[in-house]
Amino acid sequence: MPRRLATILLLALAAAAWAQPDLRRWLPLAKDGLHDPANPAIRELQEPREALARLAPDTAGNQVRWMQALDRGQIVPRSSIDPSTEVRLLEDDILLNLAGGTPIVRFPHRAHTLWLDCSNCHEKPFVSKAGANKLDMRKILQGEQCGICHGAVAFPLTECSRCHSVPRPSRAGAPPRPAVPPGAPRP
Amino acid sequence: MIARAKVLLLAACLALAAIPAAAEYGDVVLNRRSEAEGVRPVVFPHWFHRIRFRCKVCHFELGFKMRAGANVVTMKEISEGRFCGMCHNGQVAWAADRCDLCHSGKKGLRSGIQGGHETLGPGFW
Repeated sequence: MPRRLATILLLALAAAAWAQPDLRRWLPLAKDGLHDPANPAIRELQEPREALARLAPDTAGNQVRWMQALDRGQIVPRSSIDPSTEVRLLEDDILLNLAGGTPIVRFPHRAHTLWLDCSNCHEKPFVSKAGANKLDMRKILQGEQCGICHGAVAFPLTECSRCHSVPRPSRAGAPPRPAVPPGAPRP
Repeated sequence: MIARAKVLLLAACLALAAIPAAAEYGDVVLNRRSEAEGVRPVVFPHWFHRIRFRCKVCHFELGFKMRAGANVVTMKEISEGRFCGMCHNGQVAWAADRCDLCHSGKKGLRSGIQGGHETLGPGFW
């Protein structure tokens, strides 16, 4: 009998661990410090919780993994307003920071062009030639280069390993391990 | 003892999760002209818009520069169908006569990106 009880307890614990509660919280607009709570129209605006709670969870920024939300079809944002606008996509990855001390940066063109047009980054702030851009973490932290978006609207600069995602080959000459694919859980 | 430590840890986690960030990440306050013209500042929520449109729609097709404060948009331009007016025309989204839906900010707000993280980025501009 105690054995049966232990099994039930174990199953209950496993179920509790499996059904992880969503601890994300969003402030109501009237309490976010920006919106005027005296504005009667505020009730017509969509609340962040209503829109964001059903999207792939994250621990930073809007607490939404926007790229996952897009890939899973949880959101279907329009690519253009004018049907004649050319929607340009690029699929390659570029490795950056090859000589630095921190892990190598894998820059995915796919994730960026799904949201942005080429002209948003090229030729300013980045020239279209691998290795020709002098990236500087201090500038990024001050809102330049990648920091124009990352730290303002795209995932914030607290998430180091999402960009610095490719481990360096060891001095013994072992090949680098493959990059973490987009959307995969962080180690 | 261990159980007590676990309870404390759980309480600490819950307390951290409950600490509210102020504005939502990527919210932009536009108050270059609003208050001077007698209306509330505009609060532009990036999160709301990116659910419906990719960045390129506004920052490529509509011509919004990717820097808070770099876009000077007048109501005249909006009612002529430029910038916000490309969608806020009563067809795609509410029209420009619904002032309070966009001009919804508190008085005295400073223009710029709010709700950023603890880097110099958004504040630096």
